[in-house]
Amino acid sequence: MEIHRYEKIWTAVALLLIVGLIATVTYGALGPGVKMVDDSGGTIDADSLGDTEFADPGVTKVGEDQYEVHVVARQFLFQPGTTSPIRVPANSEVTFYITSPDVVHGFEIAGTNVNTMAIPGQVAEVTVRFDEPAEYGIVCHEYCGAGHHTMAGQLVVVPEDEYDTEGS
Amino acid sequence: MAYVDDFPTDARIVRWNMLVAFTALGIGGLFGMIQGLHRTGYFRGFVSSADYYTVLTGHGVLLALVFTTFALCGLFTWGVTRSLDRPLPSARFAMTWFGLMLVGAVMAAVTILGGLVPQMPLNADVLYTFYAPMKAHPAFYAGLALFIVGSWLAGVDWFRTYWRWRGDNPDQRIPLQTFMALTTMLMWYISSAGVAVEVLVFLLPWSLGLIQQVDPLLTRTLFWYFGHPVVYFWLMPAYFIWYTVLPKLSGGRLFSDPLARVVFVLFLLLSTPVGFHHQYVDPGIPEGFKFIAMTNTMFLLLPSLLTAFTVVASMEHGARQRGGEGRLGWLRELPWDEPAFAGCALAGLMFAAGGFSGMINAGMNINYLIHNTLWVPGHFHLTVGTASALTFMAAGYWLFPQITGNRLRFRSLATIQPYVWFIGMTLMSNAMHRAGLAGIPRRTAEPQYDSITFQGVVGGVSEMRLQIAIGGTILFLGLVLFLIVIFGTWLGGSGNDSLRVNGAIPAPLSGPEHSPRILDNLKLWTAVAILLIVLAYGLPLSAMISDGLFAPGSPPIPV
Repeated sequence: MEIHRYEKIWTAVALLLIVGLIATVTYGALGPGVKMVDDSGGTIDADSLGDTEFADPGVTKVGEDQYEVHVVARQFLFQPGTTSPIRVPANSEVTFYITSPDVVHGFEIAGTNVNTMAIPGQVAEVTVRFDEPAEYGIVCHEYCGAGHHTMAGQLVVVPEDEYDTEGS
Repeated sequence: MAYVDDFPTDARIVRWNMLVAFTALGIGGLFGMIQGLHRTGYFRGFVSSADYYTVLTGHGVLLALVFTTFALCGLFTWGVTRSLDRPLPSARFAMTWFGLMLVGAVMAAVTILGGLVPQMPLNADVLYTFYAPMKAHPAFYAGLALFIVGSWLAGVDWFRTYWRWRGDNPDQRIPLQTFMALTTMLMWYISSAGVAVEVLVFLLPWSLGLIQQVDPLLTRTLFWYFGHPVVYFWLMPAYFIWYTVLPKLSGGRLFSDPLARVVFVLFLLLSTPVGFHHQYVDPGIPEGFKFIAMTNTMFLLLPSLLTAFTVVASMEHGARQRGGEGRLGWLRELPWDEPAFAGCALAGLMFAAGGFSGMINAGMNINYLIHNTLWVPGHFHLTVGTASALTFMAAGYWLFPQITGNRLRFRSLATIQPYVWFIGMTLMSNAMHRAGLAGIPRRTAEPQYDSITFQGVVGGVSEMRLQIAIGGTILFLGLVLFLIVIFGTWLGGSGNDSLRVNGAIPAPLSGPEHSPRILDNLKLWTAVAILLIVLAYGLPLSAMISDGLFAPGSPPIPV
C-alpha cells in the first residue's frame, strides 16, 4: 500500500497529538490528582431517602477544616441551596453527596469545576477545596421538566472567623 | 445520461428520502431559531418557557435523527446503486423500509408536537436523549422503534444489492462508495442495538405500565452506548461525500482510495466503545471505564485527522489541475462560486474547528469545566449542524439535478447560501462555546437567574446572547434559501434545458488495487469491533445489572 510521504508525516503528527492528549489526562489524574466522579458514592433507594443521610440534608463538620454536604436535587430545587444558600467556611475541604428522588438533574457550581449529575438511585460524590470567601451560583444543567429553568441555588463561602455551623 | 435516466426507480427512492430529510430540516431549523431567540431573551413570544422543551425535543429528534438518517438513506441508496451500477433488487422492499421509517418519524413528531396542544394526551418532552424516569407517551418510543427498524432494513437492502453484485463479480474489490455504506451500516447495527434494547426492553413497556420501574443509570448508559456512534452515523455520509464527490467538484480526483477504506474501518472499530465519555461526570461508573472510553475517543480522532489530510490534498490536486499555483495561491483556483463545492469546503473547515472543541470535550478532566454547558451545543452545531448538515445541503445542489432531471433553479441564491450558513454558524457557535466556559447551561429556556452572575472568560454575556440570536436567525435565513432552491428545482420541471451537471466520478490517484485485500474483510472488522465493545462495556454493564435489571428503580414521572 502506497502512502504519500506527507501523509506519513501527517499521520505521525496526528498520533503524537493523540498520545499527547491522553498524556495530559493521565498527568491530571496522577499529578494534581484530578479525581473523576465514580461509583464511590454507592447506590441508594430513591423512594426512601427519608431513611438515609439525605433525610435532613445539609452541611456537617466531619474534621478539622473538613465538611460534608448532602444535597437532594428535586423538581425544581436544591435542598439545601435554593431556599437557603449552602454555607461553608473558607479554607475548607468540602465533600458533596448529591442524589435525586425523582428525575435526573445536574449540579454545577458556576465558575468552578464542581459539575456532576444527580441520578435517581445513585449518589454522586465530589470533593473540592474552597480557599477564599466567595459566592457561587448553583445551576441544574440537565433538563428535568417544565420548570427546569427555575432550578438554581447558591453556595456561600464565608470567612473562617464568621462561620457559624449553626447557621449552615 | 443522468442518474434518473439510468435508475428511474432508485432515483425516486433517493428523492423521497431527501424530501423527508429536508422537510425535517426545515421544521427543525425553525425550532432552532425559536430557541435561539427565546433562551437569549430577545423574543419569547413563540412559546412559553414550559413549552420551550417541546420545541427543543422537536429540534433534537427532527434534526439529529430524522433529517440525518433520511439524508443518509438517500445518499447511500444513490452511492450503492451508482457504484455497483445496478438497481436495488426490489422496489417493494425499498418502499417497505422507507415507509416504516416515515411512519415511525411521523408518529414521534406528532407525539412531540402534541405537547404544544394542551387538549391532546400526546406528549414527549423528554428530549432526544429521553432520560428516564421522565416519561413520554408510548407512541413516541414506538415511533422511534419503527424508525430504527426501518433504517436496519435499508441497510439490508444495500447488503442485498452488494451480495448480488458480488455473485457476478467474485474477485473485484468492493467499490469505494459501497464499502463506505456497508461499513457505516455495520457500525449502525452494532450501536443501535443499545437504543433498541433501551426502548423495547425498558422504556416502552414501562411507559405502557407493563413494568413498574427502570434503572435510570442503566437506561442512560444504553442510550450513550448508541448516542456517540449516532454521531458518526450522521458524519460518515458527510465523509462519504467529501471522499467521493468533493475531489471531483474541486476539479481533480481522490488522493487515496486505500486510506479512505482505512478511515471507515477505524470508524467501525472505534465509534461504539467510547460512550462513557458522555458520562464522565455520572456517578455509578468506575473511573477506569471512563479512562478506557477516553483513550478510545482520542484514537477516534485519527480517522478524522486522516480525512482532513485527504480532503485538503484532494482539493489542492483539483486546484492545480485547474491551473492553481503557489504554496497557498492554488486556493484561489477552487470553484468558490459553485454551491456544491463551497458548501462541502466550508463544512470541512468548520468541522476542523468542531474537532478541536471536541478534543476538549474528550479530555476527561477538562470536561468538568464544560459538561452540560452551552459549549457542548456550540461544539455539535459545528459537527452535525455544519459538517453534516451543510454537506448534505451541498450534496443536494449537486445531486438534485441528477435525481430529478431538472436544472438547478435559483442558482444565485444557491451560490450565496453556504456563505450565509457559514456566517450564521460562526456567530452562533463561537458565542455558545464562550458562554459554556462562563458556565451557562445548555437545554434551558431561560438561562438567567436572580442569584447567579455568569462571568465571561472572553467577552461579555450580553454580547454572546446577541451573537447567538443573530447567528440563529441568519442560519434560519440560510435554510430558507436552501429550501427555495431545492424545492424550486424539484417542482420547477425540466424545461428543455440539458443538465449542466456531470455525475461521473473519476478514479482515485491511488486505487484500491494498492491496498491489502484484508481491508475488505467485513466479517473480520465486525468481529474486532464487537470484541472492543465487550472490553469497554462488558464489566460495567454486568455490574449495573447485577443488582437486578430494574434496580435501583424509578417509576415513570410524566413531563
